Amino acid sequence: MPPRIDVHNLDAYYGDFRAVEGVTISVEPGEVTALIGPSGCGKSTFLRTINRMHEVTPGGRVQGSVRLDGQDLYGRDIDPTAVRRTIGMVFQRPNPFPTMSIYDNVIAGDKIAGIKRRKAVFDDIVESSLRAANLWPEVAHRLHKTGASLSGGQQQRLCIARAIAVQPAVLLMDEPCSALDPISTLAVESLITQLKSDYTIVIVTHNMQQAARVSDRTAFFTVADQGMPGRLVEHGPTAEIFTAATHQATRDYVGGRFG
Amino acid sequence: MTAVIPILRTERRTLSAKRLPRSAPGVAGLTAVAAALTARGTLHWTGWFTAGFAAALVHLLLLGAWSVAVEGRRRATDRVAGILVGACLVAASIPLVMILGYIAVKGAPALSPTFLTHSMNGVTGAQAGGGVYHALIGTLEQVGIAAAVALPIGILTAIYLVEFGRGAFSRGVAFFVDVMNGVPSIVAGLFVFTFLLLGLGVRPFGAAGSVALVVLMLPIVIRSAEEMIRLIPHELREASDALGVPRWRTIVKVVLPTALSGLVTGCLLAISRVAGETAPLILLVGYSARINPDPLSGDQASLPVMIWDQLGKRSGDAGAFGETRAWGAALVLILLVLAVNLAARLLARLTGPRSR
Amino acid sequence: MTKIVTKAPSGRRAPLGPAAGGAFPGIRALPGAGRFGDRVFRTLTAGSGAFVLVTMVAIGGYLAVAAWPALHANSGNLFTTQVWRPQADPPVFGMAAIAFGTVVSSLIAVAIGVPVAVGVALGVSQYLPRRWASVIGGLIDLLAAVPSLVFGMWGLYYLIPHTRGFQQWLSTYLGWIPIFRNRTATVAGQYGQSLLMAGIVLAIMIIPIVASICREVFARTPGATIDAALALGATRWEVIRSAVLPFGRSGIASAAMLGLGRALGETIAVALVLSSGFVINWHLTELGGDTVASTIVLKFGEAGSSPVAIAALMLAGLCLFAVTLVVNATARLIVARKAVTS
Repeated sequence: MPPRIDVHNLDAYYGDFRAVEGVTISVEPGEVTALIGPSGCGKSTFLRTINRMHEVTPGGRVQGSVRLDGQDLYGRDIDPTAVRRTIGMVFQRPNPFPTMSIYDNVIAGDKIAGIKRRKAVFDDIVESSLRAANLWPEVAHRLHKTGASLSGGQQQRLCIARAIAVQPAVLLMDEPCSALDPISTLAVESLITQLKSDYTIVIVTHNMQQAARVSDRTAFFTVADQGMPGRLVEHGPTAEIFTAATHQATRDYVGGRFG
Repeated sequence: MTAVIPILRTERRTLSAKRLPRSAPGVAGLTAVAAALTARGTLHWTGWFTAGFAAALVHLLLLGAWSVAVEGRRRATDRVAGILVGACLVAASIPLVMILGYIAVKGAPALSPTFLTHSMNGVTGAQAGGGVYHALIGTLEQVGIAAAVALPIGILTAIYLVEFGRGAFSRGVAFFVDVMNGVPSIVAGLFVFTFLLLGLGVRPFGAAGSVALVVLMLPIVIRSAEEMIRLIPHELREASDALGVPRWRTIVKVVLPTALSGLVTGCLLAISRVAGETAPLILLVGYSARINPDPLSGDQASLPVMIWDQLGKRSGDAGAFGETRAWGAALVLILLVLAVNLAARLLARLTGPRSR
Repeated sequence: MTKIVTKAPSGRRAPLGPAAGGAFPGIRALPGAGRFGDRVFRTLTAGSGAFVLVTMVAIGGYLAVAAWPALHANSGNLFTTQVWRPQADPPVFGMAAIAFGTVVSSLIAVAIGVPVAVGVALGVSQYLPRRWASVIGGLIDLLAAVPSLVFGMWGLYYLIPHTRGFQQWLSTYLGWIPIFRNRTATVAGQYGQSLLMAGIVLAIMIIPIVASICREVFARTPGATIDAALALGATRWEVIRSAVLPFGRSGIASAAMLGLGRALGETIAVALVLSSGFVINWHLTELGGDTVASTIVLKFGEAGSSPVAIAALMLAGLCLFAVTLVVNATARLIVARKAVTS
């Protein structure tokens, strides 16, 4: 059973600038939660606070709490690298390691950490992760070619395979289809629906149709003005947000009147 | 659509990790310093190099072992790597501080108004007095002439490489600029010696040194100017082209003024790099204890060669006062070089594109 | 490509409308002067570029011609003779000892200097906060501005006296490795101007250039690749090992080659630090040693008007030029090949 995430009163800063303010939200296990909102509303920043990636940007710091099945990820004894292994991330642009083969890219999480396994075990991990990412048939015959030889959509699925190869419980996706063509987007979207029974998934997207297609719940972020912090306006079941949102701003945004 | 996600392996997932206390590096560091000091006392090490090295080593081993025991191999590797990087930073910074400090301490006693305003005319190694005036004039003239030749040629070449350079010829030029950057200064000196002094059958003179400095300066100027001109956004050129302005006027009126501060910075850095060159000058300009303001005829002094001379490397005898004067001249030289260098960086910082 | 370029001006020159200079008279007025100016300007800048090529060819050519007489006059073997006595009768000189000293001192410099420089570059680009990074980076760059003469003086008058104990320690405790063994010195005071120390001084001298190239290369590591490693739970060192170093590998190799080129050609610092000997001596802590460059500058004064002695030095210079040419060209080609493949 994948875990649930409870965020309470979370602020994210870049230096003195507060980029995200007072976010409280619960992400249910085994569901896809979409974060939508206009650019600069802090949804990507918020996403990066969930696996403690925000703090690696210069000046980045976080206040508030993020609980994974009750355990505070910003607690004292927490190891951020362990958090990131448990909460995988897929980025806006596909970013396979350019110097590694497809095979090595999939097991990069273990290779980088210096975890040694038998060849047969690695072979297993590579095959099952690539199958889970719907990429196996396309690359099975060229596992030792470099990852850069793949198309954009294939690279993105390789990155998803790489993320699930370390057996995370949660997958964070930061606009995973924004750099892809429509056909690759379809492939990644159908993959997301397949993965949601095993992973808690949070996806940031610019594309409201995409949010409607893949997500069970939707959270709407917005920002009052440049230089102001982004806020969570409301969240709820996707159908509700798109048809009967409580706030006028949400209705305007999903209705295409701004953003 | 058989979306079976196989559970590959089940690992107990723990997010918390045992960490060393925040004070661990400090504790290990103090222990290491204490150990090194004790060793220095009991083993009668004379200098501080050994003690410092030993302290760093003990710190590394201590913290590494402690970290392996508590935090595990991955964290320990991370810590050890961090310590090694820190050690590299310290090891590379120490020589600079020591060199500047040492030159200042040794050179300061020689410095005086007399030192800056008098030549070495009639002063022997066994006598005190004399100064760097003749050498200062020589250095300023030689470097000045070199700059006057190398800077225009260098900037024009850079313009060619960026604005017109296509095809084999420009690739060849770009390649040889990089290779020229590695020509040893002594080789440049030998080259100018053959084609100028042997070729014309003349005695050493100041401007001959300038020619060698041009060879050394050119690649530096070209590389930095090229970089600066490349920074100018293409849109700026297109905007000018779209107005129907000829290419050369676009370059002169738009590209160069925009790149100006970067170009000046690069030129100053190039000057500071060659101002202290010694080897080619020893071959080419000779040395004169008297003031020779004419760079085109007769031996001319220069700061580097004066230092070489006062160290007794030309005559074989430094005399009682030569070494002091050498340090004084070295201090003058390094102040000159650093002043130009710092001026260049200050300019870059004040006007550079990256400053905000 | 070229077609478009040649087409554009001719299109400009031709009148647009049927009536020459009719509808758009301005079209004919400007371009003539502009095209002439362009041609002059282009020739001028290309000429400057040609100057570089001519200079490089001239260096090789003049040195080769000037060195030629030395080959005939030499009664020794250029490659195996260790002494340098071009003024003897008959002249006898060879590059064996000075080439040995050059290569050994430069290799020591690279072995010590390159790892430290890579560490510095990593520290500045990956570890230090931005403010500190620019301070330390600037300090290291300043080191590059220190004249080599000053390095040599510091090495001779400060570093060597203060590291005699270190050399003695090496000889005493690591003396079972022949290169560290000093067979002649018995007290610390007898250690000093050795090839090892020359190598160490050279190492300090090449650190700034190697570090600044590596720093530039490391700073260009794609942020996306670093993010990828971090998101998989990499520690800082693991990020460096998996993202930064693989990306910068060819840059490091190229920087190391440039550093090697600098060390091979360094003249005045080595001339000050080393005490001449003209023998091949593997015991690197013992006094003595020469490099090609230091020999040229030290023997130049006594070569005086002896044509053979001058020619011999030209020959040495030609060899040095050829070797540094190869080393620097290699450094450049490493980077160029990387640019093609990526």
